[in-house]
Amino acid sequence: MSRISSDKKIDIKGLVCPYTFVKAKLAIESMELGQILEIVLDHEEASRSIPRSMEDHGQKVLHLEKINDSDWLLYIRKDKE
Amino acid sequence: MNFTDEQLQRYSRHIILPEVGGRGQAKIADAKVIMVGAGGLGCPVGFYLAAAGVGTLALIDNDTVELSNLQRQIAHNVHTIGLPKVESAQKTFTALNPDVKVVPLKVRISKDNILDLIRDYDIVVDGSDNFPTRYLVNDACVMAGKPLVSGAILRFEGQVTTIIPGKGHCYRCLFEEPPPPGLVPSCQEAGVLGVLPGVIGGLQATEVLKLILGKGEPLMGELLMYNALNSSFRKVRVPRNPACPVCSESPTITELVDYNEGYCTLQ
Ligand SMILES: [Zn+2]
Repeated sequence: MSRISSDKKIDIKGLVCPYTFVKAKLAIESMELGQILEIVLDHEEASRSIPRSMEDHGQKVLHLEKINDSDWLLYIRKDKE
Repeated sequence: MNFTDEQLQRYSRHIILPEVGGRGQAKIADAKVIMVGAGGLGCPVGFYLAAAGVGTLALIDNDTVELSNLQRQIAHNVHTIGLPKVESAQKTFTALNPDVKVVPLKVRISKDNILDLIRDYDIVVDGSDNFPTRYLVNDACVMAGKPLVSGAILRFEGQVTTIIPGKGHCYRCLFEEPPPPGLVPSCQEAGVLGVLPGVIGGLQATEVLKLILGKGEPLMGELLMYNALNSSFRKVRVPRNPACPVCSESPTITELVDYNEGYCTLQ
C-alpha cells in the first residue's frame, strides 16, 4: 500500500452519502492550496462518488486504494479554493 | 464556522454546491435581512430564507392575520388569525428552523422610522403591496446605501428587481413619481392569483441568497417580469437615470417622503 504524506486526515467510516462528501468538502475548504487530504472511508458508493465530485470541484485525486475488506484510502490535493 | 451534526444534515445540500460550500453557508448564517411586509411576498421570501439558515430575519408589518389572507400568505394559518402577522410568521419560521433569529417588528413603516429600522441589516427585501411604501423603501435604501430586493404582484403578473445603490438603477430611475392614486386599482379591484407571490417571492429569496453569497448576476439594472397566464418571463434593461431625483449625483429628493393620501395601504 502506497503511502503519501498528507497534511490532514479524516476518518469518515460509518457515514453515508451525502455526508461523506460534506465532511470531505469541509475538510478541503479548511486547507491551503497544494495541501493533501487523506480520507479513510467504508461506504462503497462514496469510494466512487467522492473522487468524481472532488474532480468536478477542481481538486486533484492523487490516489485511491482498497486497503482491506471494508475500507478505502483516498488522497486528494487541494488545487482550487 | 463549526457546524453541529444537525446543521451538517440540515444544510448538506447547500454545502455540497461548489458555489456555497461551508464558507457560503457560514455567510448565510451571518447575514441579517430585513423584510418590509409579512404578507403575500414576505411569507415565501421569509420561509425560504429561514430554511436556508439566514442568521437574522427581521419582519416589519403592522397588520393582523385575516382569513382572506390565507389564499396566498402561506406563513399564516387558521390558528394564527387575529395575531399580528409578524408574530404568526415568526412562529412558522422558527418552527421550520430554530437556528434563525426572527425579529418581529409590528410597526407602520414611515419616513420617521425606516432609516433606524434598516440600519443594522445587510439587505432589505420589499414585499409591500402599495406605492407609498415602495417609494419610501427605495429612497431609504438609496440614502442608506443598502441593497434592496424589490418585488411586486398584481392579478396574474409580477416583477422583481435588485437595487444596488451607487452601482445600478433605483426604482425612481424607472418611474420618477408614484402613479396618481386614481390610476391604482382600489383594494377590492386588486385581485391576485394566490400562487403568484410564491413565484415572485421565490425569485426574491434567490436574489437575496446570491447577494449574500456574492455569486451569480443579481437583477441589477434589470427588471424581471413574469406573466402567469402566458407562462412567460421577460427581462427589461433599466439603465441608471443620470437625472434620477434620488440616486443621481445631484438628487432633488434629499429627505424621505410619505405619500399616504388616497392610497390603499392594505398589506
Ligand atoms: Zn434612481
